[in-house]
Amino acid sequence: MKKSCLFIVVAALSVATGTRAGDISGTITLKGTPPAEKSFEKSSDPKCGSAKGSTHHYVVGANGALANCVVSLKGLSGKSTGASAAPAVLDQKECEYSPVILAVQTGQKVMVKNSDPTLHNVHIVPGPGGNDEKNMAQGPNAPELPYTPTKAENFLMFKCDVHNWMYAWVSVFDHPYFAVTDKDGKYTIKGVPDGKYTLAVTHRKAAPAATPVTKEVEVKGGNITEDFTLEAK
Amino acid sequence: MAVKGTAALFLHMPSPQSNTWLHRFACLTAAATLVLIGIGGLVTSHEAGMAVPDWPNSYGYNMFLFPVSKWVGGIFYEHSHRLVATVVGVLVVALTRWLGGTPSRGPLAAIGLSEFVAGLALLRWLPEWKAAGYFLNGIGAVVLLAALAWVRIEPARRPLPQLGWVAFALVQIQGLLGGLRVVLVRDEIGIFHGVLAQLFFVTLSAIALLSSGWWEKSRQTLIGPVPPPGEPQRASGILPWVLVGTTALMIVQLVLGATMRHEHAGLAISDFPLAHGKLWPAMDQASIELYNQQRTEVVGVHAITAFQVRLQMVHRIVALLIVVGVAASAWLALKKPGSTGVSPARTRLTMFWAGLVLAQALLGAATIWTNKAADVATAHVLVGALSLATGASLCIIACRNLTFARRTADSLEAPFGARPSATGLKS
Repeated sequence: MKKSCLFIVVAALSVATGTRAGDISGTITLKGTPPAEKSFEKSSDPKCGSAKGSTHHYVVGANGALANCVVSLKGLSGKSTGASAAPAVLDQKECEYSPVILAVQTGQKVMVKNSDPTLHNVHIVPGPGGNDEKNMAQGPNAPELPYTPTKAENFLMFKCDVHNWMYAWVSVFDHPYFAVTDKDGKYTIKGVPDGKYTLAVTHRKAAPAATPVTKEVEVKGGNITEDFTLEAK
Repeated sequence: MAVKGTAALFLHMPSPQSNTWLHRFACLTAAATLVLIGIGGLVTSHEAGMAVPDWPNSYGYNMFLFPVSKWVGGIFYEHSHRLVATVVGVLVVALTRWLGGTPSRGPLAAIGLSEFVAGLALLRWLPEWKAAGYFLNGIGAVVLLAALAWVRIEPARRPLPQLGWVAFALVQIQGLLGGLRVVLVRDEIGIFHGVLAQLFFVTLSAIALLSSGWWEKSRQTLIGPVPPPGEPQRASGILPWVLVGTTALMIVQLVLGATMRHEHAGLAISDFPLAHGKLWPAMDQASIELYNQQRTEVVGVHAITAFQVRLQMVHRIVALLIVVGVAASAWLALKKPGSTGVSPARTRLTMFWAGLVLAQALLGAATIWTNKAADVATAHVLVGALSLATGASLCIIACRNLTFARRTADSLEAPFGARPSATGLKS
């Protein structure tokens, strides 16, 4: 709470002293041919709707546009406005998570919704030294389950052990400067204060969290465009 | 009159050592445990260990009243595992009572009452431990019932009652570990749970072996000719050590395997006989990243780490050592009884062991070739349990033979109340 207030005061002072902010946007494309996705049966639960599903590690659109990349400013901490941010929603539809990749701030609620007529368990599995591990039951039409991450963490796993093919990844940042690429590979990080930053791109397969693809950028008011090309290995 | 006769028979059962029903009951309990290990293997193979987030309830229902219509996906495996575990728990309590005879009633009553009271205390004063409280209430009630059952039985011959108490302790620890793994959400507990399950199965297999008529009657056929006084027992001196060493390696392998499975990271190495295309895989950070990038996981699992790659390599090396140990045992057992001191029955059992270990090695390879297919990985767990129990049984037989031979040589009475016969063992 104190940190949020401090950030608001700093932001207000910045405006008062003429500090500007800009947007960083761009497109991320994939070079190379990714491994084929695998299909799986959902027949162990007849209430899952569709009988078959497929993995979606690489969601590639026209001209190699790569979805589900997480773009963020690196090295920022203590600037989260998550407590006052709108909750993010993670839905379970036809026994699959939607979206598969999500990004939130520390202190921001993630509301897990069950749109299926069947039981799920929401099992949150952090990495080493990450957030709290939790396992909660969620029946059909049950109220949304809230989860509030408190630590910055790359790709915090949400999984269902009833339907073992169901999993999603939530990246948690200690600031609001991040975005996830859409199906056209596009992203926009809004309201970045002027300054020099390291822009980092992570992707579950093409750019692991330990070795993100980075670029040095400078925001001087207005918008800047930074495109990235990741490589399928 | 007939009822009175039947009741008399029921209330005063014959001595366990002459009771084939005790042996059959021990076999039934061991078989039920093997089924339980199989279902437990399916739970982990399907990544379903946390599919039912509460315990001992299931999605808020009393576990015995959980509707069958809700047994879907991973719930089916986890819930079945809990129900079969309950059956095994009851069987083991009954077996302990049977083995311990009437004198076991007192300790059972004390333990059952303590557990029941401890369960009530947890429910009353430590509500955050209420799951353990319900568990203690349930198991305490079963133990109390076993103590109250007015069946007069002579205790079995040593060490069967003692083994019964070991199984009794293990089954309760196992139940508690299984439950705590769920409510405390800790993968590490799963490793202990997996290892202890197989040690528990070994204990029950030992009870089944020692309570058998075969164990009593086959003493002469089990034991080969004893060398003349002054001549060293060459082969029979080596074989027990090979058996014990190989079985000990199997326990090490079990710990390695359980750790691999409960890391929940899928296959750390996806090829065999090579490992990531090499005899010894690279484990630097860049290579580990590449392994993670190149695999297409269907199930939500952790990323591969260098530790997991190393663990699988050690598992492969220990597997090779076990194959060598079992092959050496089979070679020693196949030698002529006159020179080895090994009976045909023991030779057959050793060859069966060798067959199991060969099958186990193939299943290990198949687990990799099928990308850890749940049924293949579970078969690997099951055959592993059978191999360990067979190895332990061979060790028990070998140790008894050595003891017999030494005692016979010293003109002492054989263990377990058996006396040396006029054939083969007479010094």
